[in-house]
Amino acid sequence: MSSAETTRTPFDFAVPVKAVFLAVVAIFVLVPLLATLLGGFKSLGELRVNPFGWPAHWEWQNYADILFSGRYWQLLRNSLIISTLTVILTLITASMAAFTFAHVRFYGSSMLLSYLTLGLLFPAATAVLPLFIKVRDLGLLDTYFGVALPQVAFSLAMSVLLLRRFFKDIPHELLEAALVDGCSYIKFFRYVTLPLSRPILATVGTITFVNSWNAYLLPLVMLNTDALYPWPLGIMIYQGEYSSEWHLILAFITLTILPTIILFLLAQKHIVAGLTAGAVKG
Amino acid sequence: MARRIAIVSAMDVAGESVPQVAVRGPSWDGRFTVLILFLPPALLLFTLFVVLPIGEAAWYSGFNWNGFGKPTNWIGFDNYRFVLGTRAFWLALRNNGLIIAVSLAIQLPLALALALTLAERFRGAVALRMLFFMPYILAEIATGLIFSFVYDGDYGLVASIWRSFGAEPPHLLASTDTAMLAVLIVIVWKYFGFHMMLFIAALQSLDKTLVEAARIDGATRSQALRHVVIPLLYPTIRLSVFFAIIGSLQLFDLVMPLTRGGPADSSNTMVSFLYNNGISRMRVGYGSAIGVILFVICVTFAFTYKRWFMRDE
Repeated sequence: MSSAETTRTPFDFAVPVKAVFLAVVAIFVLVPLLATLLGGFKSLGELRVNPFGWPAHWEWQNYADILFSGRYWQLLRNSLIISTLTVILTLITASMAAFTFAHVRFYGSSMLLSYLTLGLLFPAATAVLPLFIKVRDLGLLDTYFGVALPQVAFSLAMSVLLLRRFFKDIPHELLEAALVDGCSYIKFFRYVTLPLSRPILATVGTITFVNSWNAYLLPLVMLNTDALYPWPLGIMIYQGEYSSEWHLILAFITLTILPTIILFLLAQKHIVAGLTAGAVKG
Repeated sequence: MARRIAIVSAMDVAGESVPQVAVRGPSWDGRFTVLILFLPPALLLFTLFVVLPIGEAAWYSGFNWNGFGKPTNWIGFDNYRFVLGTRAFWLALRNNGLIIAVSLAIQLPLALALALTLAERFRGAVALRMLFFMPYILAEIATGLIFSFVYDGDYGLVASIWRSFGAEPPHLLASTDTAMLAVLIVIVWKYFGFHMMLFIAALQSLDKTLVEAARIDGATRSQALRHVVIPLLYPTIRLSVFFAIIGSLQLFDLVMPLTRGGPADSSNTMVSFLYNNGISRMRVGYGSAIGVILFVICVTFAFTYKRWFMRDE
């Protein structure tokens, strides 16, 4: 991988310097991940003397014990329920609002849009105590919805902006023609806008899913019952229980980040597009 | 009965007030239905769970309240005085400043250099991009746990390196001198790939003829880079800085598995300080005051930054 490809573009430093640079960064990124994966296959004793290398003896038991325990699957199930609820509710509410902002002209439209985008300016943590009290007063404490609804609310700003930008690119003449032919706004939304917008819906859905899947603070504050915990809470408790049995903790970490990595490999296009989407102006 | 009549007449009025629109295209009736069906769910959720809690935080911050019953013990601005009088608060603020400094001094140049290297086409470039982006999508909790293993003084990778030199391994996360440094390294590990992707996206949409023109006019590669490419990337650099600062002000999940903000508050961020002192002890008034301060910092920063640096976008 050297000569022909690298000479074409005008700015590159010497090839070997570049290769060393990339290799160093790749090692920096990979070593902690590989050590975690392999550490799960070692015994605690081996981990202590050989944290870097290949396991001398593969301990499949560490992984098997976790995979055959109800605990791991319950954590994943809870995370999946909360994330799915969040994604579905976000897509429905955000796409309806974005459609209105994109295609319906009304007094106060731009004001309401700026109101929604206020949500981009500060982290959810700033008001998490009043949020806790609100969720408690609504009787949603210790329920999946108590986590999902605030997550939807916080993902609305970005989602509406992304969707609106895409919806606006659907030619307005199309809408006008449809309306003249007696199609309602709602039918147009359902049968034209949504089917045409699958790529952006997938992108918004994927970012919302990843954010919700990885979230820690909101579930930590809103949930009290172990049986409802999503995996980030569960793994912190697991680590607390097995405090220095690192071989088990590493196996558990590997198994919990595996779904994320698989999703990333399957949907990398949407994930990269979505997570860097703020870059292109909203 | 009376009510239904009232509604009908209200709609009649609405219908009469915009007759031209009804003739020319989208009817007011149709628009009205969309407005009352499509906007409220989002606006309601947003108002209920995002905007109201911020307002309530301002209100609660005037009370000494544990969250049960009604807040009655009004203490004015005492909570703010307590927060600003705590050493831990200033430590947390300093740590947020450190995170921003490291993001600007190390993470940003690293991301830019990688982007310039990987924006070119060669075998493996795309795979490397994906590899470098991967830490960004891992949960912060998982990342924190992985690195608490890396730093572990008995079993960790760092300890093993130390031992191979015959030295006594340090417990990096347990010392007030090194805990924050250790957290900063994890932050770079996790986030440089995101900024790299921002730069790659910008480089790919960049007008290459400008660079070619500069080269034809006799500019060397580094001159073209310094005087053409980097200036063209300024908007993205400003954006990357914006994300780095906002991200620093939100940082929490990563700190919890590593240090919980300790030892002795030496590695708290604003949010972990808020968690440790307000949320985990249910001191609603005190925690709300911290939240309001954080909110003011975020909003002030966002507006000034937009005004000063991103006016043209």
